[in-house]
Amino acid sequence: MTPALAAAPGLRPANGSAADVLFEDVVRGGATWSHVLKRGTALRITDTLGGANVGALFYNWENTAERYNMPDTLKAQHTARLTRGFVLYSDMGRVLCSITDDTVGWHDPLSGCANAAQARDKYGDLRYQQTRNDYVKNAYDAFVIELAKYGMTARDLPAPVNFFSRVVVSESGVMTFVPDHSQAGDAVELRAEMNVLVILNTCQHPLDPNPRYEPKPVSLSVRRVAPPGPNDPCRTSCPENERGFTLTERYFL
Amino acid sequence: MLTESALDPTKAVYDATVLAGDPWMHEIRQGQTVRILDLEGNQAADTLFYNAHDYEDRYSPQDTIREQGNIYLTTGTRLRSLKGHTLLTIVADTCGRHDTLGGACATESNMVRYALDTRHMHACRQSFVKAIAGWGRGLDKRDIGPNINFFMNVPVTAEGRLTFEDGVSAPGKYVEMRAEMDVLALISNCPQLNNPCNAYNPTPIRVLIWD
Repeated sequence: MTPALAAAPGLRPANGSAADVLFEDVVRGGATWSHVLKRGTALRITDTLGGANVGALFYNWENTAERYNMPDTLKAQHTARLTRGFVLYSDMGRVLCSITDDTVGWHDPLSGCANAAQARDKYGDLRYQQTRNDYVKNAYDAFVIELAKYGMTARDLPAPVNFFSRVVVSESGVMTFVPDHSQAGDAVELRAEMNVLVILNTCQHPLDPNPRYEPKPVSLSVRRVAPPGPNDPCRTSCPENERGFTLTERYFL
Repeated sequence: MLTESALDPTKAVYDATVLAGDPWMHEIRQGQTVRILDLEGNQAADTLFYNAHDYEDRYSPQDTIREQGNIYLTTGTRLRSLKGHTLLTIVADTCGRHDTLGGACATESNMVRYALDTRHMHACRQSFVKAIAGWGRGLDKRDIGPNINFFMNVPVTAEGRLTFEDGVSAPGKYVEMRAEMDVLALISNCPQLNNPCNAYNPTPIRVLIWD
């Protein structure tokens, strides 16, 4: 059901060289991954086959009560989509990660994650006993299980981002999932501005109309990057972000 | 959708005014109806709900808007929890549209949004934290998820811009919800002085509950 993947394809990094790559990894469809992404490194996520969705949560590793905050991210930057130049804010007014490169153009911060009952209703009740590791996973359980490994529970689940997915909103507020949005080889890069616990899963987007359980894999690459300078595009994209970077840098003084 | 309520305020079992900048925390039992009334117009009532028997099962904007396929809250909206329950249903709304994407103001987000020297200013999160600290029973900052902004108008454009428009509320407008399970409600009557959404003048709201 989920094709196994070899190594990550050699996509160009936004800057720096392949020598800066610290490690690479693959997340199969429907799987979970977590890592403490260190300040001064960046995580590049590549949609290897096209049609991937990556649900993502972000925490300050030194104090996980500080975590990604959807409303603060959206209203500071007057946006309901995420792409290059935007940053992910914590509830403490600091920048957890900056989106330093993006070939997709639109990532969805609005739609959240499906739970076990919703996944079962949509994809059927495929269990481990029948399908071994291709059993139907759901993003809610995936997040809660991974959070537990870091001493957290469902209460610590903030509103996640869905990378590689696009949901548009009409004038009357109607939300519409845009199919075939992300193509094979599309990638997004997240530069850590703090030491950030990143929790990812590759469950399908909750509004993806595909009735079949076909979660897609992604490849990951973590590399060393230069700190954001005074003219960094994420810093200068709006006055709010200038202040957000100032508050983030003060945290490390 | 504009809908009026037939409930008589003189028959309410609870009737209180929440002053500008104050929090309000109260349990609402399954089957009760709660009304939040914008007394002077364009006042933001930042609101959180919890399953009264499982606080980690709290209100979720993402689940609410996704399951109804629309980002605005109005009559008929089922306010959903992280664990997929319907906490309350909006049964009357004379305002027509309420926001659940803009979140609550905080001293920290005010520093980002307006100026670094706004840190001293009162903010919704101060009220939320103070109220849940007083409530106790294990609640802390981690339980403050993204909220509803009753009476606020925060449209999203087709290009994915989030905009803050003039309020669609006015003096006497209200929203009314039926509790589908026992819930704990937490309101911060927003003290924001940096945003024209309330004409820089936070005002009281009134909360009524009927059996």
